[in-house]
Amino acid sequence: MTDASTGAIAIGGSAGAVQALLRLLPTLSADFPAPVLIVVHVPPDRENALVPLFQGKCRLAVKEAEDKEPATPGVAYFAPSDYHLLVEADGTLSLSSDELVNHSRPSIDVLFEAAADAFGPSLTCIVLTGANHDGAQGLKAVAAAGGVALVQDPAGAYAAAMPAAAIEACPEATIMSLDSIAAYLARLEAA
Amino acid sequence: MSAIMRDGVEDLEIGLLLEALFRRYHYDFRSYARASIKRRLVQARDQLGFSSISALQDSLLHEPTTLGRLLGYLTVQVSEMFRDPSYFRALREKVLPHLRTYPSLKVWVAGCSHGEELYSLAILFREEGLEERTIFYATDINPAALQAAEAGVYPLDQVKKFTANHQKSGGRSSLSDYYTADYGRAIFDKSLRSRVVFSDHSLVTDAVFGEMHLISCRNVLIYFDRALQDRAIGLLRDSLARKGFLGLGSKESLRFSAHAAAFLEFSREDKIYQRQDA
Repeated sequence: MTDASTGAIAIGGSAGAVQALLRLLPTLSADFPAPVLIVVHVPPDRENALVPLFQGKCRLAVKEAEDKEPATPGVAYFAPSDYHLLVEADGTLSLSSDELVNHSRPSIDVLFEAAADAFGPSLTCIVLTGANHDGAQGLKAVAAAGGVALVQDPAGAYAAAMPAAAIEACPEATIMSLDSIAAYLARLEAA
Repeated sequence: MSAIMRDGVEDLEIGLLLEALFRRYHYDFRSYARASIKRRLVQARDQLGFSSISALQDSLLHEPTTLGRLLGYLTVQVSEMFRDPSYFRALREKVLPHLRTYPSLKVWVAGCSHGEELYSLAILFREEGLEERTIFYATDINPAALQAAEAGVYPLDQVKKFTANHQKSGGRSSLSDYYTADYGRAIFDKSLRSRVVFSDHSLVTDAVFGEMHLISCRNVLIYFDRALQDRAIGLLRDSLARKGFLGLGSKESLRFSAHAAAFLEFSREDKIYQRQDA
């Protein structure tokens, strides 16, 4: 079980995000000190491929998020296809089949806004490559709640629109290359 | 004001509004999973033009029309006909052969929202020759949703998806046999609801009302917190006949429920459970 003090990492991405996550997640160790909550927009026909793909390449545990399950440090949770992923104040995960947000379900905004409420300043959110603007409003909420807002540098992103939209909505976000984001996460692990 | 203080106030306002909604109108959302309720209330506040949740609560208590508008935000869930076609295929191929052995059947769609699943089941039962011996109960807490379910009218642009789902579920007929298209709407045949009882019912505050052979309650329990999930699952169990079936949403499970032992995993992949003998 986690709580506000252990914090959490939340990551959102769309087009190109699987490659970007393949750069980030395998660097994390099995005792990474926070849960990692992930929303990736995936075409419906590839919906169940993410978890097995990353399980084979990561040291930390990788699973599909389940309703009412406690978010545990050292575990990466992928939002299931066709459900929004949220976090409750007590650090448990919840799913919803509410309407699409930004034409997406799961939506990055939904995860980030709920996580901002649950974790406040102990949350780090990362917007990766993508071709739409999901995550921008969520990142703004994260920063407003005192959390750390990171955005992949649009210049190096497979698709620049999503990180660019996040930077525009949340000017206080820190822009980083994927390598710098990996280094940032490694420092969290060392701390 | 700091972000933390602001959020603390908003959470307080939400708790007060849910209490007011219960005490004034007996709609009980107090034990719903809070993150999703908060999202919906914030959306209602913004779209209904209130400056705060407290202002929305003031209107809720004093302005009769606000309740219906707010319920629209708190309860409306989008669905589609034959959503998760594999679920309906499993009902058709695995569950209906059991149901066929009964001379009369009761089927309950708990949390029917706008009726997409109800019509899906009515079509499935008609295709399989069981409709004539079945009574369907379609319940929801939102009167506007029940009216929509009773009307059976959906935007025509959704019907392409409905049709594809129906085919994938093993449909033996053409979905177009069941509706007429009119000004961008698909109006479903009223004969499909000739054996349907529509009723106001809450899994939170109401009790058992019949002995069902099949209950379909999908993507309802995920909105409840753990304790309320247990209450609702207990109610569903008590509403099932011996060896009756319970279908849940694709990401719902009885695994962590206090009532898990009362059910067999009949079709694990499809989230179909069967009540075991006590």
